[in-house]
Amino acid sequence: MSDTAIPTAMPKPIAGPVIWLRANLFANPLNAIMTVLVVWFLVMSLPALLDWLLLDAVFQADSVRECRAAGSGACWAFIGEKHRLILFGLYPYEEQWRPLLVVLLLIAMAGVSCLRRFWTKWLAPMWIATLVVVGILMWGGVLGLSYVENARWGGLPLTMILAFVAIAVAFPLGVLLALGRRSNLPAIRAICTIYIELVRGVPAVSLLFMASVMLPLLLPEGMNIDKLLRAQIALIVYASAYLAEVVRGGLQSLSKGQYEAADALGLTYWQKQRLIILPQALRITIPPLVNTLITVFKDTSLVVIIGLYDLMNAAKASFVDPAWRGSSIEAYVFVSLIYFAFCFFMSKYSQSIEKRLAQSQNR
Amino acid sequence: MATAVQQPSDEPMILLEKVNKWYGDFHVLTDIDLSVKRGERIVICGPSGSGKSTMIRCINRLEEHQAGRIVVDGVELTNDVRKVEAVRRDVGMVFQHFNLFPHLTVLQNLTLAPIWVRKTPKAEAEATAMKYLERVRIPEQAHKYPGQLSGGQQQRVAIARALCINPKVMLFDEPTSALDPEMVAEVLDVMIKLADESNVTMICVTHEMGFARSVADRVIFMDRGQIVEQNTPEEFFSHPQNERTKLFLSQILAH
Amino acid sequence: MAAHPAQTGATAGRPIPKASRAVFWNDPRVRGIFYQILAVALIGGAVWWLASNTIENLNSRNIATGFHFLGREAGFDIGENLIDYSPADSYFKALLVGVLNTLRVAVIGIILATIIGTIIGIARLSKNWLVAKLASIYVEVVRNIPLILQLFFWYSLITEFLPGPRDALHPMAGVFLSNRGLKFPLPAHEFAYDLAMVLFALGLIAAVALGHWAKKRQDATGRHFPTAWVNLGLIVGLPIAGWLLAGAPLTFNAPVLQGFNFVGGASLSPEFSALLLGLVIYTAGFIAEIVRSGIQAVGKGQTEASLALGLSKGQTLRLIVMPQALRVIVPPMTSQYLNITKNSSLAVAIGFPDIVSVANTTLNQTGQAIEGIAIIMAVFLTISLSIATFMNWYNKHIALVER
Ligand SMILES: Nc1ncnc2c1ncn2[C@@H]1O[C@H](COP(=O)(O)OP(=O)(O)OP(=O)(O)O)[C@@H](O)[C@H]1O
Ligand SMILES: [Mg+2]
Repeated sequence: MSDTAIPTAMPKPIAGPVIWLRANLFANPLNAIMTVLVVWFLVMSLPALLDWLLLDAVFQADSVRECRAAGSGACWAFIGEKHRLILFGLYPYEEQWRPLLVVLLLIAMAGVSCLRRFWTKWLAPMWIATLVVVGILMWGGVLGLSYVENARWGGLPLTMILAFVAIAVAFPLGVLLALGRRSNLPAIRAICTIYIELVRGVPAVSLLFMASVMLPLLLPEGMNIDKLLRAQIALIVYASAYLAEVVRGGLQSLSKGQYEAADALGLTYWQKQRLIILPQALRITIPPLVNTLITVFKDTSLVVIIGLYDLMNAAKASFVDPAWRGSSIEAYVFVSLIYFAFCFFMSKYSQSIEKRLAQSQNR
Repeated sequence: MATAVQQPSDEPMILLEKVNKWYGDFHVLTDIDLSVKRGERIVICGPSGSGKSTMIRCINRLEEHQAGRIVVDGVELTNDVRKVEAVRRDVGMVFQHFNLFPHLTVLQNLTLAPIWVRKTPKAEAEATAMKYLERVRIPEQAHKYPGQLSGGQQQRVAIARALCINPKVMLFDEPTSALDPEMVAEVLDVMIKLADESNVTMICVTHEMGFARSVADRVIFMDRGQIVEQNTPEEFFSHPQNERTKLFLSQILAH
Repeated sequence: MAAHPAQTGATAGRPIPKASRAVFWNDPRVRGIFYQILAVALIGGAVWWLASNTIENLNSRNIATGFHFLGREAGFDIGENLIDYSPADSYFKALLVGVLNTLRVAVIGIILATIIGTIIGIARLSKNWLVAKLASIYVEVVRNIPLILQLFFWYSLITEFLPGPRDALHPMAGVFLSNRGLKFPLPAHEFAYDLAMVLFALGLIAAVALGHWAKKRQDATGRHFPTAWVNLGLIVGLPIAGWLLAGAPLTFNAPVLQGFNFVGGASLSPEFSALLLGLVIYTAGFIAEIVRSGIQAVGKGQTEASLALGLSKGQTLRLIVMPQALRVIVPPMTSQYLNITKNSSLAVAIGFPDIVSVANTTLNQTGQAIEGIAIIMAVFLTISLSIATFMNWYNKHIALVER
C-alpha cells in the first residue's frame, strides 16, 4: 500500500496522536526539555494534590482531631459542619432560606443581564425591583417575615449585595464623572479629575478605614450610620472612580466625527450624550467594564478589615470554633471555589463579548 | 532535469520536488514540482486560496513543507536552523502588506539586515541603503517613519529593503494588490526596472497581466494546490490549454 | 466654497429666526459658568458642612487637631524594621518604619512580579501545549480569587502547617523553613565579601561603558561584540574572582537553633513572606496577561518580514518584537506597579507592620483619626505619583525612539 499511495493521494501526516505529540510537545530539543520538566512537576504535585483533595480526605468527623486521625488529607467534614455559617454568616438559622433566595435571585438577574435579548430599557427598572425584593427578603419585617437587623447579615448574600449595590450606584456616578472629566467647563473638569485621581491613588483599604473611622466624625452628632452602610459607601466611592476611567476610555475611543455629527444635528448636550455618545462608548467598554465588576466583586472581601461578616470573614470565623481550629486551609479552599466560580464566569463572558466586538469591527 | 545538476552554473536556483503540505486536514500543496533557473523571471497566478502564497513562503521557509524536497542555491531546506538562515540571507521577500517595521525609520528599516546579518559597518550600510532608495526613487524619505508614507512609497521601501541584503532571489507575494490603483504603476515600474537592470531570480505572485507579459520568462497557473499549467507568457495568454486556466483568464481579463 | 454664495442668498431672503430675541441664559457660555458656580457652591457647601461637623465633634470629644502628636513617644513595638526603632521612639519614627516596610515589599514585589509575570506571559504563547496550558491555568486561577484570600491562605499555610523551629524544614545547609519564617545564612562581614560587592558595582559600570563602546565599534566596523557573555563575566565573574583572590573565605553568619527559636543569620518573617508571596503570585497573573497581549499586538507580518531578512529568532525578538510590544505593555504595567504598592496595604490583615497598620495603631492610640488617614493617603499619593511620573518618562523615552 505504501508503494502505490505515494504519487497522488499522500496520507495526511498531520493527524494521529504521535504527530500531535511531536508538533505540540517535542517540536525541538528545548521544547522537549520543557515538556519533560512540566511532566516531572505534574507527576510530583498532582498525585499529592489529589490525595489531599479526595483520596486521603475525611468526609465524616466531629472535630479536626478526629479528621486528622482518620486521614492525612483535607477535612471536608468541617465544610459539611460549617457551610451554613460560611455561606450565610450569623443570619438566623431557620430563616436562611431567605438569603438563599436572595443569592439565587441575584444570580438569575446577573445571568439575564448577560443576554443581549434583555438589553432594553426594562433592564434598569428590573434591577431596581430586584434590589427592593432583596431588601424585603433580607430585612423582613413585612409580609409576615421576621425582622433581621443587618448586623446579622453575612456570607455570600452579603458579599453579593455589597458588590451589586456598589456597582448599581457607582455606575451612573462613574458615567457622570467620566463626562465631567471630559467636559470643557474647567471647574467641573477639575473637580471630577481630582476626585478620580485621589480615589485611584490610594488603597481601597484606606477608603474603608476612612469610612469606618472618619465618617462618624464628619457627620453631625446623633446622625449615626451603621458599619454595613459605611462599607457600602466606601465601596461605591472606590468603584465609581474606576468605572469612570473605564467609561472615559470608551468616550475617548469614539471618533471626533461622532461628536461633530451629533452637534450638527442640533442636539443638546444631554441628548447628544444619551442618544449618540454613551450608547456607543458603553458598548465598546463592556469588556473592561466587566473586568472592573470582577475587581469590585473580589474587593468586597476587603470589608473583612473593618469586621463585616462577608464570605471571606465568615470563612475566617468558621474555624474559630475550638473543635475545628486548624481547618483554615479547607475553609479558604472552599470560599476560593465560590469566588472563582463567579469571577471565572464573568471573565469568560467578557472575553466572549470582546471576541464578538473584534469580529464586528474588522476593518 | 537530471543533467542540470551536473554543472554548478546550470544547477537550478530553486528546485521543488514533490512538495506536499497540509494545514490540518486541508491539503494546500499537492506534489509541486518546479525548477527555476538562475536569473529566470516567473509569474505565478491562480484563484484565491489556490496555495500561491503558501508555495513561495515555503521557499524561504516561512512555512514548513511536510513532504518532498526544496533546494535553494544548492542548500536543501530542512529543520537545520543554519541552513534556513543561510537560505534567507540570499532570498529577499516583498509582502502584500509591506510589513515595514513601524518603530524604525526608512533608513533603519533598510540597514537592519545588513548591520545585523551581514555585519556591515553602519556608514557603509547606509550608503548602500541610499543607493537603493534612489533606485526606487524615494531618497528624500529616508528619515521618515513608515507610517508617514503612502502605500506605494511603503511598498517601494519594502522592495529596497529586500534588495539591501543583495539577494540572489526575490520573492514577491502580490506586491500591488493592497495598493490604491494610482500607486500600482509606480511599484510595477520599480519591479520592471529591477528585472531589466539586474540578473536576480524573481518569483512573483501577481495578477498584473501586463507585468507578466513584459517581464516573465514563464507564467505558472496554480489551482487547488497544484501547478496546473506553465508556459511562456505569449503562449499562456493566447493559447491556454487547461479548462481551469481558460476560465480563470476569462474572469480576470473580463475586468 | 462654490456652494457658499447660494446658501447665504437663500437664508438672506428670510428673516433670521429669533436670533435677536435670544435670552442670555440660553447662551451656552453663560450656562457653563452657571453650572460651574453651582458645582463649586455645592461642593464647597458640603465640605463646609462636613468640616463644621468635624470641628464640633472633635471639640465635644476633646481631641486636639494637628500633627503635634508625631513627636510624642509611640510606646508600641514594631516587629520588623529596616532602621533602628524602639517603643521609646516617636510616632514619626514609627510611621517612617512603616513607610520603609511598605516600600520594601513594593519594590521587591514589583521586581519579582515582573520577572515571573513575563516568564508566564511568554509561556502562554509557547508552542509547547503543556507549558501554554499550565500557564493559562495559573493565570485563570490566580486572577479570579481575591488577593486578601490568597494572603490569608499563604499566611495560614506558613504559620499553621509548617513545623515549629525545632523540626524546621532544612532543605540545604544553613536554611531553615519553619512557622517562624525563613532563616538563611548571610556572609559574615569580611574583606572578601566587601571586595566582591565593590567589584560587583564596578562590573555594572564597566558593563554599561562596554555596551556603548560595542555599539560604536559595530557602527564603525560592523563587527559584533558578544556583549551578553562579557557582561555576565563582568557582573558575576568579577566579584567571584575577587572573592577567590581574597582567599575564598566561607564564613557565614548562619542561623542556629537556641531554645525555641533561631538566632543569627537573616530571616524573612511569616508575615513578610506571606505578603510578598501573595502579592507576587497574584500580580504576576495580571502582568502575564499584559505581556502576552503586548507581544500578540505585534503582527505576525513583522516577525515574518524580519525572519525573511535573515535575522535570527533572537534578533527578531530583540530588535523587532520587543520594542513594539513594549509600547503596548508599559502603560498597563504602570498601573500594575501602582496596584502592587496599593495592595501592599493588605499587610494590615495579616499583621505585617506596613504604613497602613502602623498608622492604624497610631490613630487608635491617639484618636487622631483624620491625621492618621491623611498620612496614609499622602504616603500613597506620593508613591503613586512617583511611579507614574517615572513610567510616563520611560514611556515617552521609548515612544520617542520610534516617532
Ligand atoms: N495558517 C493556515 N492555517 C490553515 N489554513 C491556511 C493557513 N494559511 C492558509 N491557509 C489556507 O490555505 C489555502 C491557500 O492559502 P494561500 O494563502 O496560499 O492562497 P493564495 O493562493 O495565496 O490566495 P490569495 O490569492 O487569496 O492570497 C487557503 O485556502 C487558506 O485558507
Ligand atoms: Mg496569497
